[in-house]
Amino acid sequence: MIRSDGLAACGQVNMATASNDEIRILTPSGMLGYGFPVDHFRRGLALKPHAITIDSGSTDSGPQKLGKGEMTCSREAYVKDIEVLLQAQHETRIPVLISSAGGDGTNLHVDVFRDIIAEIAKRRGWQFKLASIYANIDKAHIARELRAGRVEPLGPVPPLDPREIDAATVVVAQMGAEPFLKALDESEGVDVIVSGRAYDPSPTAAMAIRAGFDPALAWHMGKIMECGALCAEPVGRNVMGYLRQDHFEIEPLNPEERCTTASVAAHTLYEKTHPFLLPGPGGTLDLSQCKYEQVTDRRVRVSGSRFIPSNPYTVKLEGAKTSGYRSIFIAGARDPIFIAQIDGLLEKVFAATRAYFSDVPPETYRIIPHLYGKNGVMGDLEPVTTPAHELCIIVEVAAATQSLATAICGKARTTLMHAPYPGRIATAGNLASPFTPLEIPLGEACEFNVYHLMKVDSPTALFPIRYEEIRA
Amino acid sequence: MSAATTPLREIAKVIRSKNAGPFEITLDIVFKTKEDFEAVRQSGVITKELVSQLYNVPTQNIITFGFFDLINAVKITLPRARAQGGVGETDMHAAQQHVPLQEIRVPWPVVS
Repeated sequence: MIRSDGLAACGQVNMATASNDEIRILTPSGMLGYGFPVDHFRRGLALKPHAITIDSGSTDSGPQKLGKGEMTCSREAYVKDIEVLLQAQHETRIPVLISSAGGDGTNLHVDVFRDIIAEIAKRRGWQFKLASIYANIDKAHIARELRAGRVEPLGPVPPLDPREIDAATVVVAQMGAEPFLKALDESEGVDVIVSGRAYDPSPTAAMAIRAGFDPALAWHMGKIMECGALCAEPVGRNVMGYLRQDHFEIEPLNPEERCTTASVAAHTLYEKTHPFLLPGPGGTLDLSQCKYEQVTDRRVRVSGSRFIPSNPYTVKLEGAKTSGYRSIFIAGARDPIFIAQIDGLLEKVFAATRAYFSDVPPETYRIIPHLYGKNGVMGDLEPVTTPAHELCIIVEVAAATQSLATAICGKARTTLMHAPYPGRIATAGNLASPFTPLEIPLGEACEFNVYHLMKVDSPTALFPIRYEEIRA
Repeated sequence: MSAATTPLREIAKVIRSKNAGPFEITLDIVFKTKEDFEAVRQSGVITKELVSQLYNVPTQNIITFGFFDLINAVKITLPRARAQGGVGETDMHAAQQHVPLQEIRVPWPVVS
């Protein structure tokens, strides 16, 4: 089933023999930049994979990446992991596909990864063909599509307000497998692909679909492998996937880990809305009829995956904006007389603070208490109503500028420190402050403000590709 | 039915919460065996109404609620109270919102 112009074109030297009935993919980790055991990775290379895929994307650590251009990991961490991948590419000539550069997958971070790759190649004397695929979406295009009724909320999200498109620092879309397929096909012999925001399984799915295998199995295997060996017990990093005509097999590369039918089947629970229905670019993966078999004590075979194409094709848009500045104070409370009255007391203190700042429009700033030892983690959902013997009080203030946020925060802190309350016998101060500065500036706050599905005519048109020859 | 009850944390293999994207929180209860899973399902204790009450979410807003045989698991997905990571966030990853599920008491051991 391997096309004669397909995988074989991806590398010439020491290329794993492309068999007609199997494609092998090696994924070293669920997140580029977190590091992975290189000895297990090398063990995977010895099994002659046809490609290495790794994702570096996630919205899970918050909106500040999209909102402020931060990356999930440090540049140094990315250099370390990417160098191991390029070394493997240099030795085996198999393609390396990296998706969602920097975590958010913005053009900025695709270029950071591109520069890291070029730097390493220069330093190590390597040369190869690189494709960079970009995923920033033109705001004017989104606004036009919104007016045309082609942008809809994804899940419990408000309909997109055109002002939010403008407010977003940047908007990216999650690409499917097609832009990777295009890059592999347009430029014969492309060795390394670094992409902007992509649906996490896309690189693995693209390699398997390109080799002619069932897209349903390709997406399902990609879905499992994008998390590395998270599907194993205990969870790990390096994982190997073997995709064949009517099934795939999955096995962790750390001999101490094993995949079990339960661990692989349950993997699609993790961080997913539904365990068996997984919507992505171009369609929904349906795993409700899957069969999981234990092949060896460490390897599981999966069959029965189904893919339901969506018509029209949709991509997920992601965007975040900055929303003012935050400052906090952190203080302990130990006095039981004080703790028993904390809610009413905070209300009075915040009212006094707001009265003091009567010149600032009240809707332009917020004061939010976090009471650890009472309901700091669960808020109103906290079922336990008795506070602990000591509280950690964090007061969060969000305002238009950093100095104003800190000023409001300071007023709230000093007012709470010296607030009188009924029965008070500790008259020197109400708070135990562990740190200076007593008010801590947190910088700009960010929030996700675009999380919508957009209909597209072409799965590739929004994702431009740049090809280049990287030379030492 | 036995009069004795046991909290789910003493029965299940996994009880956890996590973001499913920035606007949803998802809760998983995975059982050790098919028998445990079936017994808890048969008890009828875990319902949309109970989830609605524990998480202060109207039943019609529950995105996913189901007992899934293939994986011996209960899956519940709810709208997040606020978009992940914004002002007022208390749990960026929504990783510590599972505790009310741990405390659900079911008739146990099952008397057949």
